[in-house]
Order: sequence, then C-alpha cells, then structure tokens
Amino acid sequence: MTQEKLLGWKELPLGGAILEPGNSERRYTGDWRTFKPVILQDKCTRCLRCWIVCPEPAIYIIDEPYTTKSGRQFKFSVEVNYDYCKGCGMCVEECEPKAIDWIEEEK
Amino acid sequence: MMAKPYFRTVYDVPREEYLAPGHGLCAGCTAGTIVKLLLKVAGPNTIVVNATGCVEVSTTPFPYTSWKVPWIHVAFENTAAVASGIESALKALKAKGMIDPAKRINIIALAGDGGTYDIGFQALSGMLERGHKVMYVLYDNEAYMNTGIQRSGGTPEYAWTTTTPVGKILKGKVQQKKPIAEIVAAHRIPYVATANPGYFADMMNKFKKGLEVEGPSFVHVLQPCTTGWKFDPRYGIVLARLATETALWINWQQEEGQFSVTVSVPRRKHVKHYFELQGRFSHLTEEDIEKIQKEVDLEVDRINKLVGRTVIGPLVE
Ligand SMILES: Cc1ncc(C[n+]2csc(CCOP(=O)(O)OP(=O)(O)O)c2C)c(N)n1
Ligand code: SF4
Ligand code: SF4
Ligand code: SF4
Ligand SMILES: [Mg+2]
Repeated sequence: MTQEKLLGWKELPLGGAILEPGNSERRYTGDWRTFKPVILQDKCTRCLRCWIVCPEPAIYIIDEPYTTKSGRQFKFSVEVNYDYCKGCGMCVEECEPKAIDWIEEEK
Repeated sequence: MMAKPYFRTVYDVPREEYLAPGHGLCAGCTAGTIVKLLLKVAGPNTIVVNATGCVEVSTTPFPYTSWKVPWIHVAFENTAAVASGIESALKALKAKGMIDPAKRINIIALAGDGGTYDIGFQALSGMLERGHKVMYVLYDNEAYMNTGIQRSGGTPEYAWTTTTPVGKILKGKVQQKKPIAEIVAAHRIPYVATANPGYFADMMNKFKKGLEVEGPSFVHVLQPCTTGWKFDPRYGIVLARLATETALWINWQQEEGQFSVTVSVPRRKHVKHYFELQGRFSHLTEEDIEKIQKEVDLEVDRINKLVGRTVIGPLVE
C-alpha cells in the first residue's frame, strides 16, 4: 500500500480537514489478497449480485458489449478491479451461477 | 395499502459510488456493503455525521478519505447532537436565504452499536425528542469492534467477546441484547426500521423512506463482522440472511405507528445454522442452542400476534 508524504502543520488545511473527496482511491488495498476472484465472462449472467455485495467496492460494471461463446449477448460486463479487491470471497459465495473462480495468488 | 417499493431488483440500484475504495475495513466487512448502498440511496446532497468506530477509523486514515460526500466526526458520544446542530444550521441558512430553501439536503448520523446502545444514547434520545429531521443509521456488529471486541448493550446473550469470556463459570455474555429499535420506536418518531444487507432492496427502501419522512428516522442494520464474530470473510452476507431465515433478526418497520414485517419467512431455519458458522458461539452446547431456539420461538409467536397473521413460519430445517 502506498503512503504519500504528510503535510507539515503549517501547510495542513484548518481543522485537519481532508479537502479531496474519495482520495483513498490512491490507497491500493489489492496487496491484502491471498486468493483472487476471476469472473468467467462466458458463465456470468450479469445478475450483479457480486457488484451489490462487494464491500470495497472493487467490482465494476463495464459498458462494453459482450457475446458469449454460446452466442448470448450482453450490453455490459462485470469486472474485478484488482487494485482494490482484498480477496474476501464474498462475491464468490454470492454468485449463484458459479461464474467466479477462486485462485490462489502467486508471489 | 403499501406503496410500491422503490428498489426491487439490482437494476434499480444507482451505479454512482459515493464510497471510494482504498478504505481499511477488514476484507469481507459488511459495513462496507451497507455504507456503499446507503450512499447510493442518499446521493450527493448528503452530509454524514459519523461516530467513531470501525467505519470512521477505516474510511478516514488521515490524509485520506473514502467519502465523496461531506462528512464529519466530532466525538464518540455526540453523533446525534452534531447531526441536530447541522440540521438546525441548515434551517437557519435557508431562512436567511443563504441556501435555496427548496434544496433537499440529507443528514445522516451513522454509528455503531457501542456508539448507539450505550455511549451515544443520550444524544440520540434528545435528537428524537426534539424532532430533528435526521436519519440515524445504526450499524450493529454487536460489540465494540474497533477497539478489540468488547461487549456492548447490543451484544447478544451467549456471545463471546473479550469482556464476556468463556470459561468454567461464564458462557459468554450473560445479559440479553437491548431492544434498541423498540426503545427508539417508543419515542414515537415517524419511521423506525430494522434491516440487514442480505436483503439489499429491503434495506435500501428503508434508507429511502427514512430520508423522505419529515422528522427523525432510525434504521437499525445488522452488520456481520468477520473479525469479531470469527467467521470466514466470505460468509458475511450468508450470515446476514441466515439471521433472518432463523428469525434471530426480523426485518420490520414502523411507519407512522404502523408496524409491519417487511421480510416474511415462510419456512424458518433452526438457529444452529446461524451459530455453527461463528467462532463467537463455538462454546455453545446442544442444550444451550435448544434454549435459544425456544426463546426465538416465543419471539416469533409474539411478532405473529402483533401483525395478526403468520409472517414468520414454522421451524422446518
Ligand atoms: C469517549 C470515547 N471513549 C472511547 C473511545 C475509543 N473507541 C473508539 S472506537 C470504539 C469502539 C466503537 O464501537 P462501536 O460503536 O460498536 O463501533 P465498531 O467499532 O464496532 O464499528 C471505542 C471504544 C473513544 N474514541 N471515545
Ligand atoms: S454474481 Fe456471478 S453471475 Fe452475477 S454478475 Fe457477478 S459474476 Fe456474474
Ligand atoms: S473478493 Fe471481496 S473484495 Fe474482491 S471483488 Fe470479491 S467481494 Fe470484492
Ligand atoms: S472488525 Fe469487524 S466491523 Fe471492524 S472492520 Fe473488521 S469486520 Fe468490519
Ligand atoms: Mg460495534
């Protein structure tokens, strides 16, 4: 996880306010993971259950059309952002069609 | 007749995220799920007042914040007082024409069980009595988790915590869980509800309702905690659902005095299914579990009588 240089007390905003909304996006929690979820796009039914439950959030909806090997067409895909995924496995547990593989991370 | 629910399927859920990733909640912390969905309902015109606790500490590791809406933390005990002050200040600014009087600004107080059942209760009760238009969301992980799993008024009977140990004499917490939502309901505020993230649409509809009513509202959300309850992080949402399927946790609401159960359970599961996944209950014997099952059966009877029909069904598995 990255750590930026802290401001000195003379440079800090009054009251220690944080003025940049959502700047924790620069803290990459992906290195917490020991296992990783991999969405199998051909099996995924786009039910969005994983997207609902992911607590980071580290599951994104990508607006790109996708056609499965069996010819099923979707307007979007669902993907894991490994910069943030902590590898909790909640998405795997919630995925009814079993479209998420669970793979041990390598060093 | 009940109005059509606003959120019915995943496709009704807004795509915009107001909780940024990079927070430090444990892997599999359902508080992340709850807060993320709460902000999707509330949207950008929202001010959040957060008591200390896991959510506060993990989402604001200085100089970072995961919040994309204005957010303030003052102290552990005064969340509801700070929220009351913000609501009053906005009223004054609107009266002076400094903010468009028609602009709707949501004020959400967010606190854990320690910060609500125990230490923030006085401020909460005062806020309810004065009638501030604030939605208070209690995320209940049933102990003071951020400081290392101490028991609170929200810890259930028999649960292990570091201050309710398990040994020759004690079997975890001796006392029962305080009925906080009913205590809040006794203040006769417009809206009180219980929810859990296993039923996301139900939970989100309650957040929506709570933000719409004119006056205080309170939504009590069960928040499975992988670290304190000692379960595999992948089971957070499974446990949330099991809590309701066993009727240990009933999702209800009280809208303008009208009580209803919003998630009915036609076929009820035995409480053992909920307990067996959690290390904090691993000391329970079969007799202990049967005793708890009998207590739940009685509570189910009481709820069904209150509603006037069987909303929670018989024990089947
Ligand atoms: C007045 C005061 N007492 C104690 C603390 C230390 N403290 C910080 S977070 C916390 C636990 C909060 O428990 P809870 O409200 O249940 O939230 P959780 O951490 O479980 O999310 C405590 C005791 C504090 N910050 N202020
Ligand atoms: S839960 Fe499974 S099927 Fe549903 S969107 Fe996610 S990966 Fe696809
Ligand atoms: S493993 Fe956990 S953090 Fe990673 S994508 Fe799935 S739910 Fe999100
Ligand atoms: S201790 Fe529990 S509530 Fe706190 S961050 Fe971890 S899982 Fe969440
Ligand atoms: Mg707590």
